[in-house]
Amino acid sequence: MTLPRRAHPRPLDIRHGRVDLSHGGGGRAMAQLVDELFVAAFDNEALNQRNDQAAFDVAGGRMVMTTDGYVIHPLFFPGGDIGSLAVHGTVNDVAMAGAVPLSLSAGFIIEEGFPLADLKRIVDSMAQASKEAGVPVVTGDTKVVERGKGDGVFITTAGIGMVPPGVSISGDRARPGDAILVSGTMGDHGVAVMSRREGLEFETDLLSDSAALHGLVAAMVAVAPGIRVLRDPTRGGLAATLNEIAVQSATGMVIRESAVPVKDAVRGACELLGLDPLYVANEGKLICICAEPDADAVLAAMRAHPLGRDAARIGHCGADDHHFVRMETAMGGMRVVDWLAGEQLPRIC
Amino acid sequence: MCLALPALVTELLPDDMARIELGGVRQQVSLALVSDVVPGDYVIVHVGYALTRLDPDEAAKTLALFEEMGQLA
Amino acid sequence: MKYVDEFRDGGVAKGLARAVAAEADPARAYHLMEFCGGHTHAISRYGLEDLLPANIRMVHGPGCPVCVLPVGRIDAAIWLARRPEVTLCTYGDLMRVPGSKSMSLIKAKAEGCDVRMVHSTLDALKLAQARPDRQVVFFAIGFETTTPPTAVALKQARALGLANFSVFCNHVLTPSAIAHILDSPEVRLLGTVKLDGFIGPAHVSTVIGSAPYEYFAEEYAKPVVIAGFEPLDVMQAILMLVRQVNQGRHQVENEFSRAVTRDGNAKAKALVAEVFELRKAFEWRGLGLVPYSGLRIKQPFAAWDAERRWPVPDDSVADHKACECGAILRGVKKPVDCKLFGTVCTPENPMGSCMVSAEGACAAHWTYGRFRDAGTQSLTLPSPGAGSAPLLPGYPP
Repeated sequence: MTLPRRAHPRPLDIRHGRVDLSHGGGGRAMAQLVDELFVAAFDNEALNQRNDQAAFDVAGGRMVMTTDGYVIHPLFFPGGDIGSLAVHGTVNDVAMAGAVPLSLSAGFIIEEGFPLADLKRIVDSMAQASKEAGVPVVTGDTKVVERGKGDGVFITTAGIGMVPPGVSISGDRARPGDAILVSGTMGDHGVAVMSRREGLEFETDLLSDSAALHGLVAAMVAVAPGIRVLRDPTRGGLAATLNEIAVQSATGMVIRESAVPVKDAVRGACELLGLDPLYVANEGKLICICAEPDADAVLAAMRAHPLGRDAARIGHCGADDHHFVRMETAMGGMRVVDWLAGEQLPRIC
Repeated sequence: MCLALPALVTELLPDDMARIELGGVRQQVSLALVSDVVPGDYVIVHVGYALTRLDPDEAAKTLALFEEMGQLA
Repeated sequence: MKYVDEFRDGGVAKGLARAVAAEADPARAYHLMEFCGGHTHAISRYGLEDLLPANIRMVHGPGCPVCVLPVGRIDAAIWLARRPEVTLCTYGDLMRVPGSKSMSLIKAKAEGCDVRMVHSTLDALKLAQARPDRQVVFFAIGFETTTPPTAVALKQARALGLANFSVFCNHVLTPSAIAHILDSPEVRLLGTVKLDGFIGPAHVSTVIGSAPYEYFAEEYAKPVVIAGFEPLDVMQAILMLVRQVNQGRHQVENEFSRAVTRDGNAKAKALVAEVFELRKAFEWRGLGLVPYSGLRIKQPFAAWDAERRWPVPDDSVADHKACECGAILRGVKKPVDCKLFGTVCTPENPMGSCMVSAEGACAAHWTYGRFRDAGTQSLTLPSPGAGSAPLLPGYPP
């Protein structure tokens, strides 16, 4: 049973108002912020109960739980914002275990002085992403820190999901001979975000690929429940993620450069900035490693799904004591695709 | 030596600047190091400056030379 | 991307590789130095050495301005960044270069120093105009490609009367470095390092032209082929060098004719001459003092010279005793010959210049080529099952 909405003497001044310390104080101001902004936007049974926690029944089985922090800057970028990204990223972490996402939590840490208009924009975007994905935000938290002690807003999330029987997907399951597939073009998100970052002045129509992938994963698992590894190549890009898996699975990998799909605009931006698309972040793509006999069916299932139209087979796993990820270049030579020391920095020479 | 790319000049801008395009990405660069550049030219771009105009005839000759070398072998 | 993709055609590359193999004389070895870090990067990144016959050995030269920047100059940049009034602007390449005590600009930033990464002097100038309360210092490095943009920035700063902008100048010169290598005892006297020819820098040459290399070709009797950066350019240049060596010629040839002329960019050269002059000597990391190899800001622009605005320290700091960068930069040793390579010295913890930048010989080998050191072990795959897709073509079974 949902309780009736509490009425506040005056509604929040979304247009000109700013978050202040009272909004984090636990009193009426905070209750109003939560009601008029968060609860109104997310609007689901659990959240509408206004408890400090959400309670619900789950079917027996194997549960997956994940947590994430979102500190992206700028907060708004072509193709998304910190809110939609938070939903997509958390849903994806659950989905990469082959699990069906159930629900999310969201904690907001807001800097004193943050405009309410921006906060509403973020929350509404997050709510829309949540509804489209069919994964509700069932509980949350709000804190306000002093001006200068936060970068506008940080969002931390947790997500839970249930793994269907017969599915066992994990980074240590890749085996020599397995096929390596990607669901689409690499580097879109990183380039879209960089195009808005201060100091990197270039213009492109490229949008972030930020998207919830659980539907795509379900379609893939349906044709091949024995899929070995799924991972979304976020920070560090394809290269970092392949290296992680290679080490976890104690296997080597060989990929072919000409098989990795990259949009022309991403190539151009990376050339101009001195970056390698293999190392640029993605937020709506996944890597799949499956047994060779399953590869064609999985690829077909991906390409039939709107988020996998550009899916491609890019390589194979093989025995290698050193767990190198190697790449056959467009020239026919071989090189190692290593993981980087830290974040990739643009170079001039 | 340093990272520099050939890009298409699409528009001249005030203050000796120009808009260039590479693979669908646009950027503003300075023309302070070159002369007589017009939209349609290709320039080599390095750290936000056009270094020189690219000669399309020489480019075509070079590509033809590669093909010829490859076929003779 | 026009004028880029055509020069990266894999099919044409194979044709050029066949041509190189056909012309290389199996009775001799060819030692070709690519001077420029960008060429080292292209060779590593595309695995071009796999396309060359075994008797052609590429020697990686010191043309990486990040690698050869001495420890003392990094320390000086950090000294500037630590001044509370200073905003230090730098290209991304320099952020992680270690100075003394493993300090770097990225660590100085974490300490609280105002260090900003920029893509162009234009960004630094804009910042100075936007923030009259800050002293914006631009950390200038690079060979002749990167020097003209700094010259333009200094002229603009003077024209605008921008009192809060200055440049910390570390620009260096290509011909001096080439001469230093060719004059080194191992090359000139002892002949322990054989160098049969040079691949000349691409974009440096668009500025200085092909003429300056004529002296080297003549004096040292070594052929020079100026090459573009794309893999096909490099392959063609190698073919042209092999041909010259076979025919006993030592001329300057220009493969990068679409961007390089004999005289180069007169406008850019004039701007540089107006703003900069030669230092008597400049220290190069791994090579020591090289005469007339570095530039400093001329008197008329002294007001925008960071070294004159502040008492910037100018210490000479030695590298680790076991560091073989000097020998590697001159082609005397290979990365695997250095005791520190891959043990103490890695891209995460670089000890010397060759590991510091992505183009340094050691960094390039670590990042792209070290699987070759791992032995002749090829990646073994189980035989494909029935009805499965074919393996990568040419892949060893």
